[in-house]
Amino acid sequence: MKKLFPFIKKEFLHVLRDTWTMMIILVLPVVMMLLFGYAVTNEIRDTNIGVLDLSKDNISASIIERVQQSEYFTLKHNYNSYHEIEPSFRKSEVGLVVVFDEDFSNNLLHKGKAELQIVADATDPNTAKTLVNYISSIAAQSLMELNKNNPKPMQITPELKLLYNPLMKSSYNFVPAVMGFIVILICTMMTSITIVREKERGTIEMLLVSPTKPIMIIISKLSPFFVVSIINIITIFLVSYFIMNVPVLGNIFVIGGVSLIFLLVALSLGLLFSTIAHSQLEALLYSGMIFLMPTTLLSGMLFPIESMPLFLQAIAQAMPAKWFIDAMRKLMIMGVDAKYVLKEVLVLTFMAITFMTISLKLFKKRL
Amino acid sequence: MDKAIVVNNLTKRFGNFTAVDNISFEVEKGEVFGFLGANGAGKTTAMRMLCGLVKPTLGEATVAGFDIRRQSEKIKKNIGYMSQKFALYEDLKVWENIKLFAGIYGIKRKEIIPKTNELLAELGFESERNTYVKELPLGWRQKLAFSVAIFHEPKVLFLDEPTGGVDPITRRQFWEMIAQTAERGITVFVTTHYMDEAEYCNRVSIMVDGKIEALDTPRALKERFNSNSIDDIFYQLARKAQRQAD
Repeated sequence: MKKLFPFIKKEFLHVLRDTWTMMIILVLPVVMMLLFGYAVTNEIRDTNIGVLDLSKDNISASIIERVQQSEYFTLKHNYNSYHEIEPSFRKSEVGLVVVFDEDFSNNLLHKGKAELQIVADATDPNTAKTLVNYISSIAAQSLMELNKNNPKPMQITPELKLLYNPLMKSSYNFVPAVMGFIVILICTMMTSITIVREKERGTIEMLLVSPTKPIMIIISKLSPFFVVSIINIITIFLVSYFIMNVPVLGNIFVIGGVSLIFLLVALSLGLLFSTIAHSQLEALLYSGMIFLMPTTLLSGMLFPIESMPLFLQAIAQAMPAKWFIDAMRKLMIMGVDAKYVLKEVLVLTFMAITFMTISLKLFKKRL
Repeated sequence: MDKAIVVNNLTKRFGNFTAVDNISFEVEKGEVFGFLGANGAGKTTAMRMLCGLVKPTLGEATVAGFDIRRQSEKIKKNIGYMSQKFALYEDLKVWENIKLFAGIYGIKRKEIIPKTNELLAELGFESERNTYVKELPLGWRQKLAFSVAIFHEPKVLFLDEPTGGVDPITRRQFWEMIAQTAERGITVFVTTHYMDEAEYCNRVSIMVDGKIEALDTPRALKERFNSNSIDDIFYQLARKAQRQAD
């Protein structure tokens, strides 16, 4: 143990003195959080909309008011007939139009059911879908208030129920994804690069001919990135909780525990790539292109796994980040009990043990 | 124990390729032993076996009295190593490098400080104590690396092309350091590509295609091959090599 200390100190000095590494480590997580939170967001704000209100009564007026008040929409046009709608879309004046037909209130009051027509510009289907969902949920909210004083509940179709993220705030969802990405980036990529750097420069020879045990070299190499990743996860937590107001519903210790297991998986993968690669560039290629890219695309960080083709879904199961993000979304946003993430924890633990064993064996053999 | 290194029929194969082919030699304690050979002749593999980094396929060897198969941990404690490639950690300061390697070899903390001062004084590096190694000229780095390699008083010192890329004056000073080290009883096992440096060795061996083709004092070699330079002898022998240099 006494011999381990100078090694660990050396590794920390390497990291602390490398300006680029420090930049990546300290600035990147915050930049990514802000980017995902405010710029690259699925949330749509200030969309111009139009309304064709043929019903012209209290109920439609109250729904329109509500829509106007929301931060997502700006009411640009009040149409008088259907004919005005299409030209308005063509001129890109509006992205969405809500139509209340003549019988809207009538149907609602007497049949207890009415149809709300939503016309959306579907050039960008994702945006359109999001907008439609916003409108539906606003309409549903207006209705809920009306229903309060009404013994006979009324209904607007399409009925939409959004769980956990009622206004589909994307910031809720991307926080676990950014955590997963940062951990992979720092633990896997930076670890593999620093170990290979020492191979490339030949300094590792010096350590190998010294009475140091390989395991000590490994522990000391991994320790700065382990510590840094813990700091990063905490930073991401604080930024998301205090600045972005993302609720952290689950048990903080369970969240911490799952993060630690994921850290080990990421570190052992970094070790694995470093044993395979011969140059820093090669290490970057393995961890960046072959691993980080599929992780970003397939782990559900950006795109939902459910909507992928089957064979990609199968590949997604092999992504450690997928399991981490799943567990984190459940724990942080849904606030479930630890037992509901048991499957994710088991898969991650299995991955950690497997990768660690393989990379330790390879590391000793290769050197 | 008067022999620092004893090698008996040492062979290393990688698959079908025999990197080191049945070599045998002995190195006396306090001797400067030159280990010559073209690139790809098997020098590095032989050296790695002696350092305990690679296990031999066949044969035996002892370094500082320890068996390279069974006592590699003890060997590692008793050898020093320096290569051309290795010029210390560039992003660490001079004293941090010294302290790191002293720590690795288990030198006690209270011994490290006076020994570090002594070393820096000997090299005339006192003012460079807090300099990052990357800011030192190459020759200085090599001298410092050499001093660090013998900091823990090893019994045998392995030098892998230590003077590569160094200017003639520094090379000369470097060989003076090697001679002083040998006088202190530390055996020096050195590989080099500079044939004039072979003249500074007590004995030299020339390796061709994994085998030792010649081994003697520089003077005896010159007499035997009827030549006036080691360079010439090396050329005569290495030319016969079948292997491609890598």
